[in-house]
Amino acid sequence: MATDFTLPELGENIAAGDVLRVLVKAGDVLAKDQPVLELETDKATIEVPSSVAGQVREIKVKAGDKVKVGQAILSVESGGGAAAPAAPPAAAKVEEPAPAPSQAAEPPPAAPAAPAEVARPFHPSTSAREGLSAVEGQGRERATESPAPQDREKVVDISRGVRSTAAEPESSGPAAPAAPSVRRMARELGVDINEVVGTGDDGRISIDDVKAHAKRLVMIAKAGATAVGPQAGAHAAAEPLPDFGKWGAIERQPMRGIRRKTAEHLGAVWATVPLVTQYDVADISGFEEIRKRHAKQADESGAPLTVTALAIKIIAAALRKFPQFNVSLDMAAEEIVVKKYVHIGVAVDTDRGLLVPVIRDADKKSLLDVSSEVAELAARARSRKLTLDEMQGATFSISNLGGIGGTNFTPLVNAPEVAILRISRARMEQVFRDGQFVARLMLPLALSYDHRAVDGADGARFLRWVAEVFEQPFLLSLEG
Amino acid sequence: MISTQVVVVGGGPGGYAAAFLAADLGLKTAIVDPEANPGGVCVYRGCIPSKALLHVADLLGEARQAQAWGVSFGEPKIDLGKLRAFKDAVVKRLTSGTGLLAKSRKVQYVQGLGELVDANTLRVKLVSGGEETVQFEHAIIATGSVPVAPPTLRLPGNGDPRVMDSTTALDLPDVPKSLLVVGGGYIGLELGSVYAALGSAVTVVEMTDGLLPGADRDLVDVLAKRLKQTMKAVLLKTRVTQLKPEAAGIRVTFDGEQVGKEVEQEQLFDRVLVAVGRRPNASVPGLDRTRVRLDERGFIVVNEQMRTDEPSIFAIGDVVGEPMLAHKASHEGRVAAEVIAGEKSAFAPRAIPAVVFTDPEIAWAGLTEAQAQKAGRPVTIAKFPWAASGRALTLDRVDGLTKLVVDPSTERVLGVGLVGPNAGELIAEGVLAIEMGANVTDMKLSIHPHPTLSETLMESAEVFFGQATHVYKPKRS
Repeated sequence: MATDFTLPELGENIAAGDVLRVLVKAGDVLAKDQPVLELETDKATIEVPSSVAGQVREIKVKAGDKVKVGQAILSVESGGGAAAPAAPPAAAKVEEPAPAPSQAAEPPPAAPAAPAEVARPFHPSTSAREGLSAVEGQGRERATESPAPQDREKVVDISRGVRSTAAEPESSGPAAPAAPSVRRMARELGVDINEVVGTGDDGRISIDDVKAHAKRLVMIAKAGATAVGPQAGAHAAAEPLPDFGKWGAIERQPMRGIRRKTAEHLGAVWATVPLVTQYDVADISGFEEIRKRHAKQADESGAPLTVTALAIKIIAAALRKFPQFNVSLDMAAEEIVVKKYVHIGVAVDTDRGLLVPVIRDADKKSLLDVSSEVAELAARARSRKLTLDEMQGATFSISNLGGIGGTNFTPLVNAPEVAILRISRARMEQVFRDGQFVARLMLPLALSYDHRAVDGADGARFLRWVAEVFEQPFLLSLEG
Repeated sequence: MISTQVVVVGGGPGGYAAAFLAADLGLKTAIVDPEANPGGVCVYRGCIPSKALLHVADLLGEARQAQAWGVSFGEPKIDLGKLRAFKDAVVKRLTSGTGLLAKSRKVQYVQGLGELVDANTLRVKLVSGGEETVQFEHAIIATGSVPVAPPTLRLPGNGDPRVMDSTTALDLPDVPKSLLVVGGGYIGLELGSVYAALGSAVTVVEMTDGLLPGADRDLVDVLAKRLKQTMKAVLLKTRVTQLKPEAAGIRVTFDGEQVGKEVEQEQLFDRVLVAVGRRPNASVPGLDRTRVRLDERGFIVVNEQMRTDEPSIFAIGDVVGEPMLAHKASHEGRVAAEVIAGEKSAFAPRAIPAVVFTDPEIAWAGLTEAQAQKAGRPVTIAKFPWAASGRALTLDRVDGLTKLVVDPSTERVLGVGLVGPNAGELIAEGVLAIEMGANVTDMKLSIHPHPTLSETLMESAEVFFGQATHVYKPKRS
């Protein structure tokens, strides 16, 4: 049966109003409390909610009409079909404008879920009106777009109402919640503001967030450029480890100080330094003769003449001759730090791991002085008496594993130094010289260097010069 | 010959903002413009003089309304000469100020019209006679826009002084008994309002089915309603097909659905104001000698750094695209100056406010409800009627409306719309909210002064949550 909905009491002294808009149409399924009219009274513009539910059978007023309290506005068919009673709760629950008309001409939807607009989460109180204005909007748009007199095509009728004031009418997602100052900072740092994760309320992005993001980008770029990031190199933690215990007994030991430090440092060096190694051999038969001849004398002085000590003196001279090996790189400042001093680090194997004490001003010390200092530092290293100070400031390092054996290995530079000399064990070899094979004591040498600082030809020249001086140590005194 | 790092062609609000910032950033800068001082159309023949006249129009309107409050002034006597002098004094004071600012910044002002010889040379025909060559590293084209008149609204020869454009209408030649305004955009409505307040019977004719395309209809409706009282008639969906000057006035022929029924096909008007639109003024001679490119509508094509396809040439303001608004031009001008100075700047606003200075004013910023619908973007609208504002009641102006366009998922404020007295001043808060990424809660929790119209912004935010103090409209669950 049909029920009339009449204009209810709206408030004190409001007896009537002008209908601005009718928010429903015949055929709509009306829920209780759903706004049906926008009414302008002399006090305020108000939405009039329905006190009845059901399918709208007839609308008895139209926009522009004056309606009085008690006057019939529309009639609904209530308790008729099964759909009608079911509709109101559904519409209310979903908070959706169930009866929003998608097109004015469309036949009334049988159930509230029909029109496409329903999917949009419009505010319930305005939703019905949005549907109506959408229809209007289409009409308006057509009118605006229709090319009137041909001359108008070039006319931008901006003065007739400014268009497209929003910078983002087309984009569907909301723009990043960042203030103009923050967006400017992002632009200056080359950061896409939409990729920055905001740490403020509701994900708001601060200048600090942008800076942190930029920093992360730089780190990632660095890692990408060297294939393995310093972090990954140090900890190798990126890949999950298998359960080693499956294959036999294991024991987990904590990484002690030196080991951890070494791991981090060498990992970073491996990741950042483009390393090149060159090899050579030096005939040290002559040096060996001298060494044997003076062995007793040297022993008495407490400073055995060693290959390491000689190597330190030769390298100290070489660094004076080839100063480009006595540098560090400051990539951030885009500068090369040229050192005016020569401090040589010597790798020492200890039961706690690798330590590198430093012979200061090696170029200004005699071979015997260097020999005794190496012996003393090595002893202190093994007895854990080295101070931190004694292990800092080297400009070049030497690693001699000849005492242990082996033929060759590739050393890693001790960054920020840019080069390192490696010595392996000398051995007697057949050498073809002056038309015949002779037995000579040959010392395998390897020079690793940071290719960013040193060119290959310079590396070859440096190492050849070192080998020649090993062969004729008296050159040292000439080179000074 | 002048040798400069930056030359700005056109001294409007975009051009002089660009030049002043370029100078502040340490660049040697020159402005080329035919006027005596920087200011352009906006200051000489647009925004500023029209606002001076609209202020007077508002005063006349309020004086009339005051009768209802028990205050009568009698019929106003209007001394047009004095009114013109007031308007001209405003313009003079402002432009001499910009001239002084240019001087203090050592910006060289070259009064004349420029022609591009190549991508680094401008030849200027000086207003004082003779020519000057300007060698520049970078140029900023800021030549703005000009009013257009469709062929049907053009009169042969030099036309008829009774058919005006916005420039001649601002000269206030007289107060015609009857005036036809062709075009229901903001220029037509603003100037029409001035003449209506001064006593003309004003008819507005608009081709489309609504005034102020681009603005949300609920805002425009409020204005339209008031215009019904102040204007003689507003004819929508109606076109002017002919203008014929006669001794007694301009005979106008209309075409449209209502014509012949409610609207007479031919009507006689004392004056006609043609305000149907503006077009970009990209007709800088010699532009074709550069790589600068125009789009199909005549705008100079630029990127977000305001660069054209010619590396040494930038362009800003009305000549590069919509919206054609002074404040957009100024912002673009400052971006261009920063980019030339080597900064990584870009034109990337979230909201460009638009204001129509009618009575009531209409203002909006960011996403409009209509744009959201067109884009299929879900939004929630929260509205606060000014009838519930104490301040609006004290002004006896309860027809206003404040609305927020809100993103339903983040509750961010995407757009703000206002209609009512001072809407143009109130919109600035909306712009800041949108740019800062404020959400509705931010607006709700910011204490607004009482009793002011600005409270309507706060209360709209409260409406969003169904908790507005002065509106009972609970959120349905």
